[in-house]
Amino acid sequence: MVTAAEVLDSSDQERPTTDTIPLTVRVRRFNPEVSEDSWWDEWTVRCDPLERLVEVLHQIKWHHDGTLSFRRSCAHGICGSDAMLINGRNQLACKVLAQDVSPRVTIEPIRGLSVLKDLIVDMEPFMDGYRSILPYLISDSGEPEKERRQSPEDRHRYDDTTKCILCAACTTSCPVFWGDDGYVGPAAIVNAHRFIFDSRDEAGRERMKILSEKTGVFRCRTTFNCTDACPRGIEVTKAIQEVKRAILFERF
Amino acid sequence: MTTTHAYDALVIGGGGGGLRAAIELSERCRTAVISKLYPTRSHTGAAQGGVCAALGNVEEDSPEWHAFDTVKGGDYLVDQPAALLMTEEAVEAIYQLERWGLPFNRTSDGRIDQRRFGGHTRNHGEAPVRRACYAADRTGHMILQTLYQQCVKRDVRFFNEFYCLDLLRDDAGITVGIVAFELATGELHVFRAKAVVFATGGYGRMFRVTSNAHALTGDGPSVVWRRGIPLEDMEMFQFHPTGLARLGVLLSEAARGEGGIVLNSEGERFMERYAPTIKDLAPRDMVSRAIYQEIKEGRGGGPAGDQVYLDISHLDPKVIEEKLPDITEFARIYLKVEPMEEPVPIQPTAHYAMGGIPTDTDGRVVVGADEDVVPGLYAVGECACVSVHGANRLGTNSLLDLVVFGRRAGDDAARYVREADLATPSERPEQPTLELLDGILGRTTGDNAGEIRKELQDNMFELAFVVRSDESLTKMQQIIASLRDRYERVAITDKGARYNTDLMETVELGYLLDCADALVAGALVRTESRGAHFREDHPLRDDANWLKHTLAYREPDGSIRIEYKAVKMGPYVPMERKY
Repeated sequence: MVTAAEVLDSSDQERPTTDTIPLTVRVRRFNPEVSEDSWWDEWTVRCDPLERLVEVLHQIKWHHDGTLSFRRSCAHGICGSDAMLINGRNQLACKVLAQDVSPRVTIEPIRGLSVLKDLIVDMEPFMDGYRSILPYLISDSGEPEKERRQSPEDRHRYDDTTKCILCAACTTSCPVFWGDDGYVGPAAIVNAHRFIFDSRDEAGRERMKILSEKTGVFRCRTTFNCTDACPRGIEVTKAIQEVKRAILFERF
Repeated sequence: MTTTHAYDALVIGGGGGGLRAAIELSERCRTAVISKLYPTRSHTGAAQGGVCAALGNVEEDSPEWHAFDTVKGGDYLVDQPAALLMTEEAVEAIYQLERWGLPFNRTSDGRIDQRRFGGHTRNHGEAPVRRACYAADRTGHMILQTLYQQCVKRDVRFFNEFYCLDLLRDDAGITVGIVAFELATGELHVFRAKAVVFATGGYGRMFRVTSNAHALTGDGPSVVWRRGIPLEDMEMFQFHPTGLARLGVLLSEAARGEGGIVLNSEGERFMERYAPTIKDLAPRDMVSRAIYQEIKEGRGGGPAGDQVYLDISHLDPKVIEEKLPDITEFARIYLKVEPMEEPVPIQPTAHYAMGGIPTDTDGRVVVGADEDVVPGLYAVGECACVSVHGANRLGTNSLLDLVVFGRRAGDDAARYVREADLATPSERPEQPTLELLDGILGRTTGDNAGEIRKELQDNMFELAFVVRSDESLTKMQQIIASLRDRYERVAITDKGARYNTDLMETVELGYLLDCADALVAGALVRTESRGAHFREDHPLRDDANWLKHTLAYREPDGSIRIEYKAVKMGPYVPMERKY
């Protein structure tokens, strides 16, 4: 079910069209209401070199094929909705520009989660992993009248892992996650790190116990796919290593 | 197939306001959150610069000064008791977020750090004050994450990717529930409930250049409007001065709070002429108008001469890396500009709706000049109008609004459901929703929703943006009428049940048309300039005639009736707004 390549107008006619570039967009489609198997569709568009890939997908959806389905919201890399496998690499479609992939881009759903329709996957197993590591501050030592004190140095220890937007780009780039139904995956560990290394939190041991189980942090084979995939630039593998060390040496 | 559920309270929307209300409610009654997005995708997460409270951690401050700034910033259309309440409760609200784990930046002695923000001043306008508590330039992200974490902790029931399409009220006007569309299956669900809290966010997507997410289509305001609830001060829409040129992606006011300046094409720091005391930290409406004026007088840059520049290149690179990392990255990625070395092209971007569903300070929806309470109906956050933002919201006050009034609405609703009975909806309450969806799905040929949306956005940007006039607004009203006409004939290609985002986006377009219609109607009648609403044919504020809120009602024939409501005054007498 490959459609004929078509040439669209520039995606935004208000902009100067003199320097638009061609982009052939190849998308792996899936819709069980239509077919049990996935198929490829392809469109060729002309677009501004700085056009975001998510907006190119919109132009296809709005003007050519309304059935093309994907998640998106903020369109500038902060909501985490549009993680996709773009030219073989997990990225947010709103942080990839047309000029970076022209003349041809191949888009598939992120791997390791069931595809529900086109680029939309079942996020629940991913969210289960996140929820399993107690992703909230736990402190029993009484609430101060004002704020708890925390030095800038202590605040800095977990700064990197507070950036996570739960887009699943890291977890679904991980070969261990693809192969093992139980592994909590990098994103869950990143969020555990965020609390384990927060000086205000008192449940580090509890989280480390969860992560030292067979579905936990020692499944990691340090392939660094997660770090490469993170659209927020979090040093994911480093965070995982820090959690491993904390468990081994009970120091954090 | 329709499934029916019953809860004590429903929260519609999983952003900051909705989650804050849900935290309050879930501990006290059976609560569910209905959200068309996974909650962590909500646009609260895009807020950058900070959340203000007079903690006085780095310099002397007081909630009363904060209230004054809020009222003056809102060009005196703010209900003053609400502003005094919000700024008073702000302090505890921030401590609460910290106790829930929010990773605020810290002072050297470990307290919550604070920085400057537009329009926030010491002692009634003397000089900028450090009032904004922040977590780098991802404060909204951290608030959203922290509130979601607290919901996980409390095991709050979420219906994610459920889209609320109708409000159910009985003959007496009492709230009895909602109807929602489940995106994954296309099925309708009736949720019976005693109380419903709308927290659906804004509607910036009616403009071509906006900082708003695609999801921000005025769902809540439109759903209740279609059920007889008026919308307040819809003409008051904020245009943030520093959107990335062409794209509208927000560059936080924190950039100016940290010392960034705005330059015209001649390299002049023009805000010195418009706001001699606080310069680049003047409120957003004033900076956006100043940019418009510079461009009009030929001092704009870029290919079309319609941009100015935000310059942070003189700041310490360490400050940029630690306090403004995200916006620096936006400039690099989307414009290929290096902010550490060169000014970033910017233009005003549609950012925030001050208007919305009218509420009191407990989040209760109120109708008419006498503010009759609608039993069981609540609204919080950007979709609501308390009104604490008046004609122009101050930076950081949106995040504050969410946590203060989210808590208050949740608290009041929890008390309300204890006394109220679970009423029975009418027979087949999903019928109107079914007809709405079947109408769109049933047509095989018709107008394209994408074209209608584009025409709406382009024209709203040209005719109802920073500068408006009777002529531009009248033209816009005619355009909306014709777009509405075409919308009645809209057809889509996806006829399936599973994740039919084609259908969802088309419903969203209908909501956007409603909100645009109400916005333009309010803007047309308000023959003055106040805050974000600037009429070049009526360039001055007119307190004698217009120190009042507008209430737009949708009539059965589709026309709009405007009523008015007094502004609640307080200690602050309207003065000329100078900075």
